Amino acid sequence: MTETTKARKTREPVPHIAAALALGDDALVLSHRLGEWAGHAPVLEEEVALANIALDLLGQARVLLSMAGDEDELAYLREERAFRNVQLVEQPNGDFAHTIARQLYFSTYQRLLYAHLAAGDGEFAGLAAKAVKEVAYHQDHAEQWTLRLGDGTEVSHERMRRACQALWRFTGEMFQPVEGLDVDGEGIRAVWLESVSAVLRQATLDVPEGPQSGAWSAGAGRQGLHTEPFGRMLAEMQHLHRSHPGASW
Amino acid sequence: MATAAHRIARTREEDSPADEAALAAAYEAAFDAAVAADERIEPRDWMPDAYRATLVRQIAQHAHSEIIGMQPEANWITRAPSLRRKAILMAKVQDEAGHGLYLYSAAETLGTSRDELLDKLHSGRQKYSSIFNYPTLTWADVGAIGWLVDGAAITNQVPLCRCSYGPYARAMVRICKEESFHQRQGYELLQALSRGTPEQHEMAQDAVNRWWWPSLMMFGPPDDQSQHSAQSMTWKIKRHSNDELRQRFVDICVPQAESLGLTLPDPDLRWNEERGHYDFGEIDWTEFREVLKGNGPCNEQRITQRRAAHDEGTWVREAAAAYAEKHTAKDITKDRSKDITKDGAKDGETTA
Ligand SMILES: [Fe+2]
Ligand SMILES: [Fe+2]
Repeated sequence: MTETTKARKTREPVPHIAAALALGDDALVLSHRLGEWAGHAPVLEEEVALANIALDLLGQARVLLSMAGDEDELAYLREERAFRNVQLVEQPNGDFAHTIARQLYFSTYQRLLYAHLAAGDGEFAGLAAKAVKEVAYHQDHAEQWTLRLGDGTEVSHERMRRACQALWRFTGEMFQPVEGLDVDGEGIRAVWLESVSAVLRQATLDVPEGPQSGAWSAGAGRQGLHTEPFGRMLAEMQHLHRSHPGASW
Repeated sequence: MATAAHRIARTREEDSPADEAALAAAYEAAFDAAVAADERIEPRDWMPDAYRATLVRQIAQHAHSEIIGMQPEANWITRAPSLRRKAILMAKVQDEAGHGLYLYSAAETLGTSRDELLDKLHSGRQKYSSIFNYPTLTWADVGAIGWLVDGAAITNQVPLCRCSYGPYARAMVRICKEESFHQRQGYELLQALSRGTPEQHEMAQDAVNRWWWPSLMMFGPPDDQSQHSAQSMTWKIKRHSNDELRQRFVDICVPQAESLGLTLPDPDLRWNEERGHYDFGEIDWTEFREVLKGNGPCNEQRITQRRAAHDEGTWVREAAAAYAEKHTAKDITKDRSKDITKDGAKDGETTA
């Protein structure tokens, strides 16, 4: 970074709104999906763990969305096409294996991203420094469960294999450039792939087909193109807020 | 802590059959003395079978209530109307899961496993608080539950922090702290609605109308019809009668409702100067018994969801168990082979 851009940054601390929305929406949407587990988790300890992760993500979302505007207006009054989250996080919970595969893929990415942002001096450094510690726990949680399910019983192995396979095509999108975010997507992708592959192998699972084979579709959530289940999710999330225009809660 | 006599009594292990009756009497006397002196009974102390059974029954019902109680509130997590409220609600539901964990652990100290208790819940052999068999129909119900249901729970549970059984009493100290947060957050939620738009105010009033009477029923049947009260009082598992606690709760709520700007749905509610308490109307015990019997609006739904979560989670729990077993076994094999190859000759006592 040159001296002039550094100076300009300190003079005008205008956050990168597009980037704040992208990262904020990722956290908001995944938190919402995890919140759907409440009362349905396979074991009481996981009620606590999944809620913990959902709460961390919601906290991150609130900080990020507030950098871009009013958190509630952004969460509750935007249309589906205005959301900038990757498609991975909006995917329905499915069975516990699907939720864990989604967690593994996303938390590994988020940890790498936040570690990078925390090391810089941009608008997101403060948030990232705090969030990277939370996300380290999310990643550990996902890795532990990937091992248990992959290397548990025949049934769990098969379920985990299917989940990793089904969600794989949503992973490429995480490494696309995000407007306003100074990160090396390709660099993060390489480390991500190495890290996820190592966990999957340890869990006796095959690494799903990679980009080389052309099976790694990128998705376009960052451009506001989402998958069908997302509209329903938003309808549920926004309904009450929208039913009382201008009310405060 | 138990008395010295009590400790001595339970450490005597060799006794001839002739001494048995005398010894049992000594145990019992030491236990009674400890309870009378307000000492805590701990898991390894001797206790009467009926005391243990009563505690297991009560702690289990309490634990079940915590986890079933997650459902009506979780019902609103995905629809919470602001991100701040969503975070508060998620944290609250998470707390209730945590309360379930503490309480199942407390029951385990009495020799009853969580699995065994869950099985009894799922098969209908153990109950949970009937309050959770009412539906949460609007967002305001989340506030009404916090204010009234958590409020009633606190009134019931604060005395349990001094319960004679140590692990239960200690769990209750942690739980009560969190319940009082829940109560304040519920009150504050209702306050925002009550002072909000006319529609929001109406929503709050409607919720209070529906939750008030069921909350009063949370204290259980009137004293003259309560099955377990007398013995539990002697054992200091219970410290106040149902009616006493109910009255205390009413006295707390009336002024709070006034400052909320909401009315309580009881035309007979009025201050009684002579008694120094609020008088209140007759509770519909027929409704109470019907809900208890399983005929409440949500009995079926709650237990079905609980069973479904448990059944659908079976493969996950089995996977975790299989993984743990494999890896413990592997680690032991690894350690053994290491011992044998490296210094097995020197070290004769390498057992896992
Ligand atoms: Fe609780
Ligand atoms: Fe509570």
